[in-house]
Amino acid sequence: MNFAKFGKISYVAETKLQEFEKHLETGKVMGTRCKSCGQTYFPPRADCNCLKGDIEWIELSGKCKLMTFSTLYFAPASFRYEVPYTLGVAQFEEGPAVLAPFSKEIKENEIKVGMSLRLVPTELIGGRMIYELRKADS
Amino acid sequence: MRKVGVIGVGQTKFKRRPDASIREIAFEAFKEAMEDAQITPKEIQASVICSATHYDKQRTPAGVVAEYLGLNPQPTFNVEAVCASSGVGLRIGWSFINSGLHDTVAIIGFQKMTELSSAEVQEVMGRSGDVMWESPFGTTMPAYFALYAKSHMHKYGTTEEQMAKVAVKNHFYATKNPKAMFQKQITMEDVLNSRMIASPLKRYDCCANSDGAACIILANEEISKNATDMPIWVTGLGLASSPMALTSRDPSFASFDCSSEAARQAYRMAGIGPEDIDVAEVHDCFTITEIINYEDLGLCEKGQGGRLAEEGQTYLGGEIPVNIDGGLLAKGHPVGATGASQIRTLVKQLRGESGETQVKGAKRGLAHNLGGIGMYCAVTILEV
Repeated sequence: MNFAKFGKISYVAETKLQEFEKHLETGKVMGTRCKSCGQTYFPPRADCNCLKGDIEWIELSGKCKLMTFSTLYFAPASFRYEVPYTLGVAQFEEGPAVLAPFSKEIKENEIKVGMSLRLVPTELIGGRMIYELRKADS
Repeated sequence: MRKVGVIGVGQTKFKRRPDASIREIAFEAFKEAMEDAQITPKEIQASVICSATHYDKQRTPAGVVAEYLGLNPQPTFNVEAVCASSGVGLRIGWSFINSGLHDTVAIIGFQKMTELSSAEVQEVMGRSGDVMWESPFGTTMPAYFALYAKSHMHKYGTTEEQMAKVAVKNHFYATKNPKAMFQKQITMEDVLNSRMIASPLKRYDCCANSDGAACIILANEEISKNATDMPIWVTGLGLASSPMALTSRDPSFASFDCSSEAARQAYRMAGIGPEDIDVAEVHDCFTITEIINYEDLGLCEKGQGGRLAEEGQTYLGGEIPVNIDGGLLAKGHPVGATGASQIRTLVKQLRGESGETQVKGAKRGLAHNLGGIGMYCAVTILEV
């Protein structure tokens, strides 16, 4: 178990949130919640700004609505063979938001701000773990 | 409160500089500012060196820059707030003088965007967002602002044509500014037909990386009054931050919270409102950013930024002239130099030295300097 497998490439391997990746491997997208003030976090955080509470893991439904998106035709070096690819920001039913890549199953002309989507854990070739935005009914 | 004046400004031409190192580029801007202020390096009591240091080969560049400018043994240090570095540096210089700690301070912003190899720049660029949760999916600077553009279009009906108008305006004014990188007018069609970078932003919606430096000399009231018949006073300062992670921000993605907050602080300190501003420099790293800035700074109502651009109200002679030096889009954006270059443009305007692009009788100017993907914002108000 290591956070170094999260993402298409990884910059940060060491974190208190390594468990996140294990959950992704079992098909769960997890956020965290402060036991003291009840604040829910996604991306998950190991610490709450209220400075009081312990943090617990909570599973998110993955149901979300698209807030905005963009298709990239020019990318950082590590992504140059992937262009074009589309990134979106979507808001979970539970409140927090996520920035994630769109699944290739959705064509760019099908993407509309406000559409219902699902955030789905996905394993890439080589064992890397990501989540991606798919159609709500897929 | 002690008054703080600008007594000297200088700037290199913004362009690719394969002929010069960062210390030499900084020297050019510093020399021009010293000649403008008619003082010597010995009279500078502290220097604030501003750059986005991840673009510098030299670690902690304040060391070599202060040395090369002849500013030892006076205090010096780096200020880094990405694209807002020298906007933040100005605030620090102001604080030194306002506190009485120093009487005269040089703020030197520079960047040599071409110093790193293109592979190194691409690697740095890939880490411009939250490296734990966003960069692993291949985000880029244009993509972050494209996400705002798409959202602004959806919420307010802003169009790609309105964004293109901003690029056309700023390229037009760059041709009037000999220090600007681009010296050629462009058309709406040029913008709309340019290569897609991150939809809906195309090549001409994006600012140009360039090399350059700018320098501002601040002084206390007595020195300012003795140095020049027309000192320009720093009367309003605002500085604010927003979360780095996009998902922690205002979910409308149609406004930069740090801009609104920094503007509120600066207007309050100066005791004026947006309607009192005669000329503005705003951070147009992308065309959509200029449109959102109009709104965040109160130069128009929320959602009306696209209209303001479309009607040409930010040209000379319009409601409020904005970026009539070419802006980041066409003057160029050597990251660490941009905030100081904005101040230089305003000082020239308020002194009445702007020639063909002079706003007649300009008394108050506003500079808006945004850092990174919208984490930092410095707003500065200058008055005659």
